[in-house]
Amino acid sequence: MTRHLRWLIPLAVLPLLVLLAYGFRTDPRALPSTLLGKPAAPFTLTSFAGAPLALESLRGRVVVVNFWASWCIPACYEEAPVLEKAWREYRDRGVTLVGINIQDKEEAARKFMSQFEFTFPNAADTGGRVAVEYGVYGVPETFFIDRAGRIRERKVGAVSDEVVRAAVERLLAEKS
Amino acid sequence: MTRLRLARALLLAVAALAALGAAPPGRAVTEDQVREVAANLRCVVCQSLSVADSPSETANQMRAIVRERLAAGETPEQVTAYFVEKYGTWILLAPPRRGFDLLVWVVPFMALALGLGLAILAMRRWRRRSAAAAPPAAVDDATRARIRREMAELDS
Repeated sequence: MTRHLRWLIPLAVLPLLVLLAYGFRTDPRALPSTLLGKPAAPFTLTSFAGAPLALESLRGRVVVVNFWASWCIPACYEEAPVLEKAWREYRDRGVTLVGINIQDKEEAARKFMSQFEFTFPNAADTGGRVAVEYGVYGVPETFFIDRAGRIRERKVGAVSDEVVRAAVERLLAEKS
Repeated sequence: MTRLRLARALLLAVAALAALGAAPPGRAVTEDQVREVAANLRCVVCQSLSVADSPSETANQMRAIVRERLAAGETPEQVTAYFVEKYGTWILLAPPRRGFDLLVWVVPFMALALGLGLAILAMRRWRRRSAAAAPPAAVDDATRARIRREMAELDS
């Protein structure tokens, strides 16, 4: 190689270094969502109480959809009291919590709900169709849907009081 | 072992579908057709497994959805597009050959071609240089005597 081309060798390594620097910083477990800002997929399920539970009927309210399972330990157990509390606090302010139980046994799910004294509507997604509609990877996952029915935020893993409150307040503050 | 579980999972899926009567009438869908689509989809609860290969409940349900959509008359491409719409291109085991993802397909071959080119250039240069290099001059007697003398001095 001619002398004036020598600098090409270290230069060739540069893009590789940049790529590696970028690659090692990204989290292989990071879960992108393509659904933010898009209309939330409608669903009609039958709640554990036997009532129809349709997203469409909640239009005009801020909706928090939470996917959970009784075997999801500890995350689902951590956030269950948070969800129930949020429901009690916000139900009269135009917010509805919806629990969707996925990949679970009915008996175990009912036990979970009575353990945490759930009073917000919950339904089982047998067949996992709703979960796929929402691009759910695992439990728990929580979606915050605005009054116009668009998915605005998505949280993977247990949510805290602060997270739920912040997201709900943000959506409530918006003009419908 | 895994195969057995897979077979059992498939059997269960088929049985569940039959029991639910979920498969709409119309097009008959073979296991191979379902597999063909599912093999390209990443199982969302596993690491590095396709929906076709995973024995998990989620993958099982996703195969059922694939089957349903195919039976409803969708093409394999449309079914794949449905999952991409919900999960992004993350769901695909092989990145699509367009846009930014095209780089993944092109760069290795470009790098290989570049490397080969450089190697050929370098080899040509080496050959030219060795051809051009003059044969080593013969050592004359005076020099040989001097080397011997100096070696002897070193030894002493």
